[in-house]
Amino acid sequence: MHIKYESFVREPLVNGDKNYHQVTEDIIGPIERKPGRMWYVGFFFSVALLCFGIFSVTWAVYWGLGTWGVNRTIGWGWDITNFVWWVGIGHAGTLISAILLLFRQGWRTGVNRAAEAMTIFAVMCAGQFPIFHMGRVWDGFFVLPYPNTRGPLWPNFNSPLLWDVFAISTYFTVSLLFWYSGLIPDFATVRDRAKTKFRKLAYGVASFGWTGSAKNWQRHEALALVLAGLATPLVLSVHTIVSFDFATSVIPGWHTTIFPPYFVAGAIFSGFAMVNTLLVITRKILHLEDYITIGHLEAMNKVIVLTGSIVGVAYLTELFIAWYSGAYGEQQEFKWRIMGPYWWSYWAMMTCNVVSPQLFWVKRLRRNIPFTFIMSIVVNIGMWFERFVIIVTSLYRDWLPSSWAYYSPTWPEVGFYLGTFGLFFTCYFLFAKYFPVIAVAEIKFVLKTSGENYKRGMEKLEAQSEEDFVYEVQTHHEPDHAHA
Amino acid sequence: MAIKKFAVACYDDEEVLFPALKKVRHSGYKLHDIYTPFAVHGLDEAMGLKGTDLHIAGFIFGLCGTSTALGFISWILTSDWPLNFGGKPHFALPAWIPITFELTVLFSAVGMVLTWCYLNQVMPGVKKHVFHPRQSDDYFVMAVELNDQTSEHEVVDFLKTTGAKETSVQIAEDSWWYGRFDKEEEYQKL
Repeated sequence: MHIKYESFVREPLVNGDKNYHQVTEDIIGPIERKPGRMWYVGFFFSVALLCFGIFSVTWAVYWGLGTWGVNRTIGWGWDITNFVWWVGIGHAGTLISAILLLFRQGWRTGVNRAAEAMTIFAVMCAGQFPIFHMGRVWDGFFVLPYPNTRGPLWPNFNSPLLWDVFAISTYFTVSLLFWYSGLIPDFATVRDRAKTKFRKLAYGVASFGWTGSAKNWQRHEALALVLAGLATPLVLSVHTIVSFDFATSVIPGWHTTIFPPYFVAGAIFSGFAMVNTLLVITRKILHLEDYITIGHLEAMNKVIVLTGSIVGVAYLTELFIAWYSGAYGEQQEFKWRIMGPYWWSYWAMMTCNVVSPQLFWVKRLRRNIPFTFIMSIVVNIGMWFERFVIIVTSLYRDWLPSSWAYYSPTWPEVGFYLGTFGLFFTCYFLFAKYFPVIAVAEIKFVLKTSGENYKRGMEKLEAQSEEDFVYEVQTHHEPDHAHA
Repeated sequence: MAIKKFAVACYDDEEVLFPALKKVRHSGYKLHDIYTPFAVHGLDEAMGLKGTDLHIAGFIFGLCGTSTALGFISWILTSDWPLNFGGKPHFALPAWIPITFELTVLFSAVGMVLTWCYLNQVMPGVKKHVFHPRQSDDYFVMAVELNDQTSEHEVVDFLKTTGAKETSVQIAEDSWWYGRFDKEEEYQKL
């Protein structure tokens, strides 16, 4: 019973005159229609990129990692940069679906499905880099603790690199479960509406035979809440552990305690930017402007300006501490970051991550869609440079001046990176075509409190005196289920 | 698992459903289940359902994860193959916290989802009777179980007075079976 009362002052989450059926039509409709020309163009372009990526990786595996530009001084190049970048992007989805669920943020319902999908695809892309960075990728299973004939010799559980294996694979699994358990009721909706035999069969299997029984919904809610509670520390732990890969070493520029919060903020920053990139396009192409409103984009832009500022403070803190520590190596390290041969990457990072998001303090710009789109890409370029700066410009001038080196990527490295874009967008295009891109059941749940047409009735209520309102509530709603 | 006869009432608004549910429960008819397109808060209590203990399962699975990680790592690094890292203690608990945490979360999440599937009896390949195709769209569908003593006309007429948009009498399996949603089952008349 929707006795929960929400003022009209708060922006509606669903625009237009909607009822439950219209919500289903709007969101499930695109699955049942043939995709437009843009979809085919985008999809085949992504598949082509993916194929190029597979070719580049095959090349590197066949000839060995000597085909990459990494050298003895700079052992981590584009591969680990891209790994950290993709993992960071993969933080927004679970943050939106888990942390915002715990904080009871209603606006998450419009964006959580697509954001979680994006998370899963981004983590899939991220995972490729450390795997192929192993070189002898066919021995990749050595990272797993299994009884083997070498002793058994176990992996080193005290190593952050092994923690990463556990963190990333747990994060992927839990995100996938969270995402899919939410999808089951929506697949049932697609199944029950299906006209074609194949769709009935496929979505019947995908929906696990869900019928929407009251008891099942009760357990579904309990599951979502506990998974959110589990995923909240998990999402913070993943990038914390990624930052440990650097922070537990003794390299100047890496060996700092600021890394975990700094990395997590950066991850949320880039993740929300990627969500904006995707949703600005998705809402336009699938005509979902009523569900992913400007208010939703604005909310994410607010998160971007917050986390962007945190990242900015972290950069300045690093500089201050480098100077304040009095450690010569640390000071030189940061001097070379700013003015060394890689000065351009440092300044690209500073401009894109620290300066440009500050424009989002202006409300008009936060609510401007083309500006949001451009900024979302600028932020992700900046975040890529951040990882490049941290990794390459900490390594290229190490303790021994005779081994100072310069690094630039070769085509298989660039191809590998492009290939992960191919993988990411191939998955996303398939998702946008075959999956409900917005959580239908969750939108229906908030519709009567946050839908525009239902909120209109609230204006009348707001004009009432308190006594009249209380009287109306008591007489019109049954008290024994009024707690909803 | 049995084939039964149901009187089915479809409501198009949860605000009609709640008073109707109250009337049905007062009338003494046997309520089978209510199917809704989304989680209607308060419906479980209005139906008289008990709360779920799923989170307890999650907690137990989590404990399993914690003890698996701690037990396994401490056995490996202190007894099976102790390694000397610069003279540091073999039992290096702080270094094991990340993996212990991850395995706790992993076991808890995976175990809870599997428990959820088991309790809800959902799995790929499982089929259940759908009383109305709009129960996952915009209908709130209440199924009342009929037996030899109840007259189906009486129940249907009663359900109509509670504000149902559509009513019907259906013979269906009340539980799940292995099946495909593109094939309809035929039931013999009871």
